[in-house]
Amino acid sequence: MNRILKNKIAAGMMFSLTLASISLVVLIGMGLYLKSAPIFKEHSLWELISSADWQPSSGKFGFLPFIGGTLWITGIAVILALPVALLTSIFLSEHSKPYVKKWIFPALDILAGIPSVVYGVWGILLVVPWVSEVLAPHFVEYATGYSTLSGGIVLGVMILPLLISLFVEIFAAVPRDLRDAALSLGATRWQTSKLVILRKTLPGLLAAVMLAISRAFGETIAVLMVCGNIPLLPHSLFDSCYPLPALIANNYGEMLSVPMYESALMLAAFFLFIVVLIFNTSSRAVIYKLERKFQ
Amino acid sequence: MRLKFIEERIAKILMSLASLLVILFVVSILYTILKRGMPALNWDMATKIPEGGYYNGGGGGVLNAIMGSLFIVLGSTILGLLISIPVVFYMNVYLSKTSKLAYISRLAFDVMFGIPSIVYGAFAFSIMIYLGMRTSLGGGILVITLLVIPIFIRSMDEVAQHLPKDLLDASYSLGATKLETIKVVLLQIAPGIATATLLSVGRAIGDAAGVMFTAGFTDSIPTSLSAPAATLPLSVFFQLSSPSASVQDRAYASALILTIIVLIISVLGRLVTTYFSKNKI
Repeated sequence: MNRILKNKIAAGMMFSLTLASISLVVLIGMGLYLKSAPIFKEHSLWELISSADWQPSSGKFGFLPFIGGTLWITGIAVILALPVALLTSIFLSEHSKPYVKKWIFPALDILAGIPSVVYGVWGILLVVPWVSEVLAPHFVEYATGYSTLSGGIVLGVMILPLLISLFVEIFAAVPRDLRDAALSLGATRWQTSKLVILRKTLPGLLAAVMLAISRAFGETIAVLMVCGNIPLLPHSLFDSCYPLPALIANNYGEMLSVPMYESALMLAAFFLFIVVLIFNTSSRAVIYKLERKFQ
Repeated sequence: MRLKFIEERIAKILMSLASLLVILFVVSILYTILKRGMPALNWDMATKIPEGGYYNGGGGGVLNAIMGSLFIVLGSTILGLLISIPVVFYMNVYLSKTSKLAYISRLAFDVMFGIPSIVYGAFAFSIMIYLGMRTSLGGGILVITLLVIPIFIRSMDEVAQHLPKDLLDASYSLGATKLETIKVVLLQIAPGIATATLLSVGRAIGDAAGVMFTAGFTDSIPTSLSAPAATLPLSVFFQLSSPSASVQDRAYASALILTIIVLIISVLGRLVTTYFSKNKI
């Protein structure tokens, strides 16, 4: 009897622990919303996201430069990383010999493990000077290099390992028979990848890209170090930008004296939370369905 | 040659180039950090705390940050394991494969995995203000625990989901309760626990945005949970924002120390995974 009782008590405890961890997501969402609610009393949501006027001390909170900055660097990162990730993962899962995998997988491990502040240091030492001295002189008269483009490049390298590991996982879920069928009909390996594998896995690939985007959205320290952080909407790739996470990181802690400032920063965090929530749940659902289909 | 073979050739070259590019990035990052970090790296950096005027070029090192990071990683790993092992056990043994709760919790942990650490940091900081807490080692540990729980649960769950059902049935048929079956399950998911731990240690030690407001920064080694704690990534960040070149050089050296620690963890992770997969049934 004692053992059975123990089992029941443990079950109850584990159940509540599980429930508590799940409700944490709801709790964070609610907390962020409640904290950012005061700002809605003075400004409408549309006003907040469409205005580019950011002057907290005079009560002007226009998020447009920050949202724009985040979208810009994320867009550049995905455009740069996607072809590389796609080609590499097709190579890894369809073509390569074992010795190639022996080199690339550890390299990806390292890339995934490098802390974001080290990416930032690399960006400052290599990417920023390259943008300002090599690339920018062809297009504009003067650029510091601390720019939207630098942020996008650093971010692109950072999401590479995530994209590749997701892609490889998705390709691995495609049954062998499909490949064999295509190959036996005379398709080359590349044709098989292009016409069968890519087409079959397209929803999954899109979902993976969305996951990578939501990861890129929240990246803080590395982009903060190379983006320049000027609260203006960037007009060219060589202009500075100021992404949302950098806004929170730079100003939290000093905001207590200015009214509504905390609310505004919490709203920034709430934006990030909502984007991550929507992108994650929808893309997970797609990947889950896809893996089901192939099983 | 037929067109499709030319296309195949071109595709193959492009794919090799892309893979080479990935390796090139790794080499470039490691080389840059090594080249700039090495000259400023000395034994003092790793064994001394900052002396007076350190951030203007004074003597000392970043032992405060190394120890702070170590404490935070240790604390959050232990807390994370204590929370995530029961949750994984519950999801895989007590709940059936088709259970709604199991599905929802997996989804919730996926979402938690995606939440940026800056959001955790901001959320925790506003709670700490509300409770009247100051930035402290304990606060840092709590935030990083939130960050690593989803990593723990997801990677352990991956292994636990493939537990053979027969194994559990064998345990039940011998009269064991579900709780007592935990011994069997733990042995089976041990490799998952090991890789999960290394993964989350890697993430925990490199995180800067989460501890920025919660753990604070200090020049001394924290002596209690309520004392503020410095961390390596933040130490790199702050030294880098100094105008003095010699302090910036030390930032590169600190980044090198951080990179070396992370690399060791990554190599260990590989070793552990291959070691355990040898003995896989």
